[in-house]
Amino acid sequence: MAIEIKMPALSPTMEEGTLAKWLVKKGDTIAPGDIIAEIETDKATMEFETIDEGTVGNILVEEGTNNVKVGTVIAMLAGEGEELPDSDLLEDGPQPAQEPKKDVPGEGKDVGRTEDKADMTAPQKRSQPVTDPEIPPGTNMATVSVREALRDAMAEEMRRDGRVFVMGEEVAQYQGAYKVTQGLLDEFGMKRVIDTPITEYGFAGIGCGAAMGGLRPIVEFMTFNFAMQAIDHIVNSAAKTNYMSGGQMRCPVVFRGPNGAASRVGAQHSQNYGPWYASVPGLIVIAPYDSSDAKGLMKAAIRCEDPVVFLENELVYGRNFELPELDDHVLPIGKARIVREGSDVTIVTYSIGVGLALEAAEALAGDGIDAEIIDLRTLRPLDEQAVLDSLAKTNRVIVAEEGWPTCSIASEIVTICMEKGFDHLDAPVLRVCNEDVPLPYAANLEKLALLDSKAIIAAAKRVCYKD
Amino acid sequence: MTDGSNATESRSGSEDMPLRSLQNAHEESPRYDASDDELLAFYRQMLLIRRFEEKAGQLYGLGLIGGFCHLYIGQEAVAIGLQSALDKDKDSVITGYRDHGHMLAYGIDPNVIMAELTGRQAGISKGKGGSMHMFSTEHKFYGGHGIVGAQVALGGGLALAHQYREDGGICLAYFGDGAANQGQVYETFNMASLWKLPIVFVVENNQYAMGTSTARSSAETEFYKRGTAFRIPGMDVNGMDVLEVRNAAEIALAHVRGGNGPVLMELNTYRYRGHSMSDPAKYRTRDEVQDQREHNDPIEKAKKELVERGRSEDDLKAIDKEIRARVAEAADFAENSPEPDAGELYTDVLVGSY
Repeated sequence: MAIEIKMPALSPTMEEGTLAKWLVKKGDTIAPGDIIAEIETDKATMEFETIDEGTVGNILVEEGTNNVKVGTVIAMLAGEGEELPDSDLLEDGPQPAQEPKKDVPGEGKDVGRTEDKADMTAPQKRSQPVTDPEIPPGTNMATVSVREALRDAMAEEMRRDGRVFVMGEEVAQYQGAYKVTQGLLDEFGMKRVIDTPITEYGFAGIGCGAAMGGLRPIVEFMTFNFAMQAIDHIVNSAAKTNYMSGGQMRCPVVFRGPNGAASRVGAQHSQNYGPWYASVPGLIVIAPYDSSDAKGLMKAAIRCEDPVVFLENELVYGRNFELPELDDHVLPIGKARIVREGSDVTIVTYSIGVGLALEAAEALAGDGIDAEIIDLRTLRPLDEQAVLDSLAKTNRVIVAEEGWPTCSIASEIVTICMEKGFDHLDAPVLRVCNEDVPLPYAANLEKLALLDSKAIIAAAKRVCYKD
Repeated sequence: MTDGSNATESRSGSEDMPLRSLQNAHEESPRYDASDDELLAFYRQMLLIRRFEEKAGQLYGLGLIGGFCHLYIGQEAVAIGLQSALDKDKDSVITGYRDHGHMLAYGIDPNVIMAELTGRQAGISKGKGGSMHMFSTEHKFYGGHGIVGAQVALGGGLALAHQYREDGGICLAYFGDGAANQGQVYETFNMASLWKLPIVFVVENNQYAMGTSTARSSAETEFYKRGTAFRIPGMDVNGMDVLEVRNAAEIALAHVRGGNGPVLMELNTYRYRGHSMSDPAKYRTRDEVQDQREHNDPIEKAKKELVERGRSEDDLKAIDKEIRARVAEAADFAENSPEPDAGELYTDVLVGSY
């Protein structure tokens, strides 16, 4: 059977082109890989290779023809040992491109069909709402620092699952730059507590690869500021793999380390990456405040099948909190917590902001304003319902975030309240964030730039119209 | 260390370092002694890649494949020579975006690869990955990665997992001469050598990083030497002869399996087609490409050798016909499979429900 040679699309956007030059003529024998024509696309002149073998028959579109539609038959080819009928196709002129096949869902030839948005499934959600597990009465409450809580969470999970290991700069012999991995080397040895060179991009990639290969890596960044060197692997390798592989390949890695401003370390070491990572589908982003949440959520993160960015805070590491002494203290990912119940205004916050919000709430109580505090704990997926329930109760929301205001978690909460809680709002939702500048070094300027309880108090009073 | 001379001594103790020993062994006897059946199998597999890629190019031209599509035509001997030497039950493979050939070399069904190229539900990634993002964990093929060089660090992680589990496997991590200039490649070299990870780094040097020749992009164009600073032995291999590739692979794998840490192999090869489908390839002459096709083609070379060994032209023609039919079947399958359901849009974003 004679083979039709059709005008090819030679770029993702090409719909028609110019047949600039024929490099073969009728009667020529061609083989796969031979260049038979030059075609000008919307971008460049391209060589057109044949993949067929045979003898060139009639040339149906002469060289120099402009606006030849993709799919137009431009020449005929006779297969091996076959005579090409000397048809008079040429006299009829070029054959038009075939009409695209009709768009029938499920029947195959329907390339790029336009789908009805209604047919999309909603994002996957838990079938039942979850709450933090009940702490059995009589459970002893120990006083534990956040640092120890995180270490204990890792140690417990490493005992439980041989696939879990820790890697990062100074995590082993030095016992952790911030001592979060203290003691792990002694208990688990060099194989499972791995000191890396200072090479964030490289070891983040190795961590992701190890997760793809079936291990459960905990990758510590000395601070998340340095993870900028590695953000490609966090976003492109870890977050997208499950989706791009159609659910075939997972990347259950935990990236952890201190995030946000520390103390007087200047602009390059003082940044909150919560909003950055929380914008990425495929990632879980956790930012706990106290020891109980740090431990319970770290354990959940390590067990999680999805990649987790776990944002700690250097200034909080040394703070002591009550922690229930349980054999297996695991908390649900994606669930906010009401830290303080109140009725007049909701303060949505997370990480170090929770402490500042509690300070503010104390002061506000003195002024007769009863503030409710929501600790988001997980930034992605965000517990929208907790925010909306509280909004429905207090009718006023402010968001306290140690980070820049623009495109922040605060901006996201404002949006959620606008889109889904508008009818409950008695006042505009306010963002209380850091000043919109790189963090300065000078003590006075730094203080000025950072979120503090005074700003939270002022905003709370404003939305209560008591300022 | 307080004594300066001791420090010098400890740093220069590299005499026993086998930086060239693998290369020397390879040069001594550079071609794998393949049986007739093995050579025929290599020929078939290379031809399958060639015909598959030609068909993919054609389907692209018909608008059935969209976006970026990087063809492997010309480089077939690399994937076949290397992967034929692997232990398929243990070893893992990872590569960049020019990945169709590596998957076919692993015997993955051409239908599901082609259906992924056309973006259909039956594709190996359910149509959500496309040409650059294909995986088969069943075959220990870990992709299919679109960020140039990322697969090298990920491959280091796969190797770490082999070492950690003590499963006897190694990782084969492919990257191009272009990726060879990415910083993370050297970060990975450092850690892989430091920790003696079981990994073979493979530079597929096809002479052009997209449109930039190696001479215009690389201060050291002999890529196999680039592991020296990390004490990784290098091998300079003719990537246009499947038997030379296989021979070099055996030497490299024996070294890595012996617990000696990584090997860096440079496979000199040539891509006949443009970088991707929309590349007009004006950075090289048609004569240069033609010269490679005529004098260095890995498939023609294997074919000639098969004929010399007594295989009839008719036999080989029949094989070609059979492979064409197989590829046509894959194309047909890919064209006639439905696109993913709208309901697939939100599946697989996360594994868990939260």
